[in-house]
Amino acid sequence: MALIDITAVINGETVRESVEPRRTLVDFLRETLGLTGSHIGCEHGICGACSVRVDGEVIRGCLILAVQCDGARVDTIEGVSDSGEIADLQAAFEKRNALQCGFCTPGMLLSAQALLHHGNVPDRETIRDHISGNYCRCTGYQAIVDAIEAVALARAGARK
Amino acid sequence: MKIADDNPPALTVLDRPNSYIGRSVPRPNLARLTQGRAQFVSDVTLPRMAHVAFARSPHAHARIKAIDVAAAKAAPGVIAVVTGAELSKVITPWVGVLTHLKGIKSAPQHAIAVDRACWQGEAVCAVVARSRAEAEDACEKLAVDYTPLIAVTDAETALDPATLVIHPELGDNLTFERAHTAGDPDQGFAAADVVVETTFVFGRHTGVTNEPRAIVADWNPGEQRLTVYHGTQAPHMMMNLFAKHLGLEEHQVRVVTKDVGGSFGIKVHTYADEMAVVALSKLLKRPVKFVADRFESFVTDIHARDHRVKAKIGVKNDGTITAWEIDDLTGIGPYSVYPRTSGIEANQIVNLTGGPYTCPNYRARARVVFQNKNVMCQYRAVGHPIATAVTEGLVELAAARIGMDPLEIRRRNLIADDAYPASGPSGIKFEKLSHHESLAHLDAMMNYAGLRAEQARLRERKIYRGIGFASFIEVTNPSAAFYGVGGARISAQDGATVRLDATGAVFCHSGVTEQGQGAEAVMAQCVASAFGVPIERVRVITGDTDNTPYGGGTWASRAAGIGGEAAWQAGKALRGNVLAVAGSILQAKPETLDIRKGIVVNADTGAERLSLDELARIAYFRPDTLPAGVQAELMATRHYVPRAWPFAFTNGIQASWLEVDIRTGAVTLLKHWCIEDCGTIINPQLVDEQIRGGVVQGIGGALFEHCLYDTGGQMLNANMADYLVPMAAEMPDIEVGHVVTPTADSELGAKGAGEAGTAGAPGAVMNAINDALRPLGAIPLTDMPFTPEKILRALGKV
Ligand code: FES
Ligand code: FES
Repeated sequence: MALIDITAVINGETVRESVEPRRTLVDFLRETLGLTGSHIGCEHGICGACSVRVDGEVIRGCLILAVQCDGARVDTIEGVSDSGEIADLQAAFEKRNALQCGFCTPGMLLSAQALLHHGNVPDRETIRDHISGNYCRCTGYQAIVDAIEAVALARAGARK
Repeated sequence: MKIADDNPPALTVLDRPNSYIGRSVPRPNLARLTQGRAQFVSDVTLPRMAHVAFARSPHAHARIKAIDVAAAKAAPGVIAVVTGAELSKVITPWVGVLTHLKGIKSAPQHAIAVDRACWQGEAVCAVVARSRAEAEDACEKLAVDYTPLIAVTDAETALDPATLVIHPELGDNLTFERAHTAGDPDQGFAAADVVVETTFVFGRHTGVTNEPRAIVADWNPGEQRLTVYHGTQAPHMMMNLFAKHLGLEEHQVRVVTKDVGGSFGIKVHTYADEMAVVALSKLLKRPVKFVADRFESFVTDIHARDHRVKAKIGVKNDGTITAWEIDDLTGIGPYSVYPRTSGIEANQIVNLTGGPYTCPNYRARARVVFQNKNVMCQYRAVGHPIATAVTEGLVELAAARIGMDPLEIRRRNLIADDAYPASGPSGIKFEKLSHHESLAHLDAMMNYAGLRAEQARLRERKIYRGIGFASFIEVTNPSAAFYGVGGARISAQDGATVRLDATGAVFCHSGVTEQGQGAEAVMAQCVASAFGVPIERVRVITGDTDNTPYGGGTWASRAAGIGGEAAWQAGKALRGNVLAVAGSILQAKPETLDIRKGIVVNADTGAERLSLDELARIAYFRPDTLPAGVQAELMATRHYVPRAWPFAFTNGIQASWLEVDIRTGAVTLLKHWCIEDCGTIINPQLVDEQIRGGVVQGIGGALFEHCLYDTGGQMLNANMADYLVPMAAEMPDIEVGHVVTPTADSELGAKGAGEAGTAGAPGAVMNAINDALRPLGAIPLTDMPFTPEKILRALGKV
């Protein structure tokens, strides 16, 4: 299979790689770049474990090909952890035990950040709706909703 | 701010001055998970690692006439193509039976099918290649010549003489049968004013761990050792099985379990494809990796719960229950799963039905049959959701018939809190339970009277809301009675080794494992409290058979109660050892000293005498300064297994509050409550989250989850889009409360909490739906999952 050259900015680093056209973004991140924080739960766009950010939008890394990301900016859980962007969400998840096995957590955190980054304080129902594209089999979701709500309120409080 | 701070509770007998028992301290291992820096087995890569893909039978039952491997072998990147016959020279087959399930039988199962595939999804050939993608490409080039055979799929007819016998050498399709009679059921039914009889159906469903099963096997011929990175709940059990079937000594096998992306009982069994992976590594002398994709998960991860229970209850007009009767039938696929067998769920249903109540008159029969569908085995709360829904469904149907409030009928029949020790109708033994206190607690917490008033008001506006309850019992802390007595080499005991390092920190090596429940936090709490250091000074090591005491792992709600007690005792033993050394350094009697917050102090005044790092410095680097004959022993190991009771039963009660849209049949869950009694609570937050997660899994089975098969044995919804699991938007907030009745079997008094939520939720939801629809004259719903279509049918609308 002919390889295609792509250039992308992954977590702030410019990466040039030759990839198979059929390779998904999440496989590319995990296998080519060793960024194993993005997980694979279904490979058909349902579970949300593979969520990553491409040009600022949270998308499913299993539904997009790496070659489609040529020229794009990609942020993964590793990147947003190192930059400190979601440190408060991570701390709240840890404190509230909003993760058990933690397999859904990177995707869940990226989804939560997408919901909160406009500075709004969503109610619990809105939070539940928003994270419904991210399956968690362990927690029953309530702790996750609690953690996200707490961060939304804290961020709003900090702005006052 | 909904996140409560950790508040140290009032002192109890377990409390040492710096106790962590009863506190919601955060788990020590969370940051690596929130940062994407965990290591799940699916993340593991090793030098020279190859990947395997399996060709799987598209037929539920077929003879394999021939496999033409030539084209696959020639495909790019392919390292080997291996058939079942070839692999059977490397790994021996197994039979999933245990001696304490009298009469259970099964047939030898191979790592890869030899000659015949017995369910859709059974692996028939392995392709090993440089990458998974290349292995899958080559799989498509395999030409497998099948002769389809008749598929036996209906459990109801599996035992008919006209039905094909799947394993002719076994004589029939009966895996296991158990009958039990206690008291006098006939007289009990004769004495009843009302007898309610119905059939409960429980849909086949599965665990859907977010991380699918994953394994990397690395046979190193130079070391003559097999290292297996395995997402398992029971590393020592798997070590034994890999060794046994590969013809190795146990010490030649090391099982390493890193982060595990969900387990719920799915990852505690022997899977044929995983056995194939270890055999392929041995054959090819290099690491081989397999991660199930989601289709493979659906057609090969164990399924559970496919039961049909005909059930009957007798009740007097004053509410007294006079007799129970159940007849359970379950189809478990073509093989009883190794090594725990597929007879346990039915056996549990016989054990647990009627368990919370005093009525002793009980007749039960359970039959387990073979069929050509994916295998079934133990999944979270094994048998409990079924026994509970049957029992509680009968109780509420009976209450409705005699016009009694559902809590009142329970008050009149639940075993009294002061009547212990007591037994259930099947003979199971209860040390001490708290059904009545739990019920009273629930009544108050949910404001039952207020909800009933609200329900009545809304009914006038044609809004149909229901309240349903489920009292339950849960088997936890199993002794050897569960598996060991049946001949399985599954450890009932567990061990902990604690070691003071040279700077005064403590390592704890534990035989239990962590899949997110918080076992490592619990071990750290127990050690920190018993030994006397800040919890940050304790590092817990689990999931490595080379580096942890021999143990059972984490399943059957045993990690905190059994592993925690071992850690507690080991911490105490190390404290004794350290104080002996401190005594000789300080010229004091060890009994007059204690360790608090990492410092040796006078036990009476708390005055600081010696820091642990100074003590460790002396013991490790200047032992020459210790008195002659004093040898510091800065490592201690303790083991624990429950002995006084075969199981530590827990109990509780759940309630569901929901609304049924009678036009669409949709159910909206409004609220759920659970009161449970797991004895001493080591970490309230972790217990509550086990309950919540468990409740939601139980709700999944009640409303959504169903492995749908056609009559030919094809699974119709083997993907995440069509197999529905609970999503955040459809789940209610769940309020959890506790009653605390410690077990006297251990010093900690902790029982398990991992399965209580799943045990009670389906029954509570079922009862709430029927409560909502009762004024409309709907036929009671007893066939899970309760889809909108079934609800509309019960209402006579379709
Ligand atoms: S792996 Fe991409 S959505 Fe599940
Ligand atoms: S924490 Fe395990 S799937 Fe969410």
